[in-house]
Amino acid sequence: MKNMIVMTLGLLLFSGFASAAGDAYIGEHVQTNIRSTDSLRKGAKTYMNYCMGCHSMEWQRYNRVAEDLGLTEDEMMNGLVLTDAKFTDKMTIAMAAEDAETWFGKAPPDLTVIAKARGLDWLYNFLINYYVDPSRPTGWNNLTFENASMPHILWEFQGIRQANFDVHTDAEGNETKTFNSFEQLEPGTMTEQEYKAMVTDLVNFLDYSSEPAQLIRMSLAPWVLLFVVVFTFLAYLLKVNYFRDIH
Amino acid sequence: MGKIASSSSKSASGFMGWLNDRLPVTQFYKDHLSEYYAPKNFNFWYFFGSLALLVLVNQILTGIWLTMHYKPDAEKAFGMVEYIMRDVPWGWLIRYLHTTGASAFFIVVYFHMFRGLLYGSYKKPRELVWVFGMVIYLALMAEAFLGYVLPWGNMSYWGAKVITQLFGAVPFVGDALVEWVRGDYLISDATLNRFFALHVVALPLAIVALVVLHIAALHTVGSNNPEGIDIKKHKDENGKPLDGIPFHPYYTVKDIFGVGMFLLVFLFIVFVKPDMGGLFLEHDNYVPADPAVTPLHIKPVWYFTPFYAMLRAVPDMQMGALIMLLAIVVLFFLPWLDRSPVKSIRYRRWPFKLMLGLFTITFVVLGWLGMQAGSVTLTRIAQVLTGFYFFYFIWLYFYSRNEKYHEVPERIGDH
Repeated sequence: MKNMIVMTLGLLLFSGFASAAGDAYIGEHVQTNIRSTDSLRKGAKTYMNYCMGCHSMEWQRYNRVAEDLGLTEDEMMNGLVLTDAKFTDKMTIAMAAEDAETWFGKAPPDLTVIAKARGLDWLYNFLINYYVDPSRPTGWNNLTFENASMPHILWEFQGIRQANFDVHTDAEGNETKTFNSFEQLEPGTMTEQEYKAMVTDLVNFLDYSSEPAQLIRMSLAPWVLLFVVVFTFLAYLLKVNYFRDIH
Repeated sequence: MGKIASSSSKSASGFMGWLNDRLPVTQFYKDHLSEYYAPKNFNFWYFFGSLALLVLVNQILTGIWLTMHYKPDAEKAFGMVEYIMRDVPWGWLIRYLHTTGASAFFIVVYFHMFRGLLYGSYKKPRELVWVFGMVIYLALMAEAFLGYVLPWGNMSYWGAKVITQLFGAVPFVGDALVEWVRGDYLISDATLNRFFALHVVALPLAIVALVVLHIAALHTVGSNNPEGIDIKKHKDENGKPLDGIPFHPYYTVKDIFGVGMFLLVFLFIVFVKPDMGGLFLEHDNYVPADPAVTPLHIKPVWYFTPFYAMLRAVPDMQMGALIMLLAIVVLFFLPWLDRSPVKSIRYRRWPFKLMLGLFTITFVVLGWLGMQAGSVTLTRIAQVLTGFYFFYFIWLYFYSRNEKYHEVPERIGDH
């Protein structure tokens, strides 16, 4: 019994150490709420308006999103979806991967399960840490994902920022840059707080779309575990009863 | 006429009588359940045998349902998994039961094997039980590796590449062997197809057959126990061991309790944390297989990492593969390496306890090292621990020959 508890705790603690990203700059931790339909709807809207031009969600269907976000077919197809896709269609895009590769150097990845691959903190930090960099083909660079080929799509909201770095030179003359601060060159249409809230909702939607079943999974969990606790307790009583005369 | 009458009078009448005359069902039930006498003092560690069986059944059942919705096609495989997770009703549950089951299988089997080390369950007369168990462990490793390739994520791809490359370490025919295993020059659709065939047909058949042999061998010699006392030495007038109790109902009832405890942990993971923070389902495997993009650091799933750490600890790939192979092979010989007449750790003295403790820590730390990105210090530690892993067996061979031990009581409970 004691062994079992220690083992379980050990395993759960241990799992915390294995984190997603390598050396990427993760300055802030994002707090999302998968149960907030409102946040998911806002995130879905941002996704359809600003991401889906290039990034498909090949394994996600419009009707499933509508169902999980509590939207009617009309609200979904006429309010959110910008193309003439059908309600039961998968969320694919018109841009061919080959063309995209020619235009951007690398085809924009499908984002259905990106939240599982990158982790929420990475996505959040990626989207809030753009800065201007004239040396890059797109004119943008990113603190979290250095030399990303994606330009800052949401720049009009966040505005234009410049990143200031401290340059250190070691004994052998090698230069290393460490990030110091951002400097706002042009204001965006949103305050920093509003922008971060928008990105949080978007990341929340990406989290949802990486596993729509997590909504039902999490809501079933307490009942399943409660059942097993009752079952185990009865099994324990039965076992004790049988072993009463074994010495 | 008389002959027929006498034979029918011996067996019970009715359906069971008819059946037993043709197939000894009742006798089988008695031999393996209601009159299979197991020692009365099984403890916590004895839950893991029946739990391994439970997980095996879980893997087979969920596996059958997964194959109903999956296509082993390099173009489609990654999408098939997402189709199962989204469009197949309860597909997500079936898949998580299967993926969590894979890790649970190894957790259960590692505890089961450790029980064997603690109480000397591998010793005479149970050598074959141990050897069959080791073959199951090997088959399970192959099964887990093949299954890991099927979702066709990027770690599936690169993991398959690294592991199949190990066959290249075989002298002379290495390169040809790698190609034969892959069915192509590279990891490709052909590889995925054959791995699917092996994963769903060949290895499950082998594992089920081996489990039957493992249990048949066990029931021939009888179960060991935490005291390491032979219960067959003291029997009553009917030939029943005095310190034994029938497996059914006593241990079936007790194991149901064990199942409950297990399910509590297992279903918690399935419903709350199915990827275990990247330990059971790795982040890099949510990226579709891409031969052009190597993952930042390629690592196997946690249950292989002790051996992976040994592989990486040796600078030469051929030697590394050999060391890794030997690390598993040496376990097969444990019944003959440990020459002490005493089975249970309870009656062995401190040197054995200390060394087994260090051996266990070594294995766990190697497992941790196998998950880390390589560094000079960590590789050095892995080298030392790999050395100790093998030293343990050499030490055991010489130490156990003239081991001093505490006297083992005749009966369970005679302290």
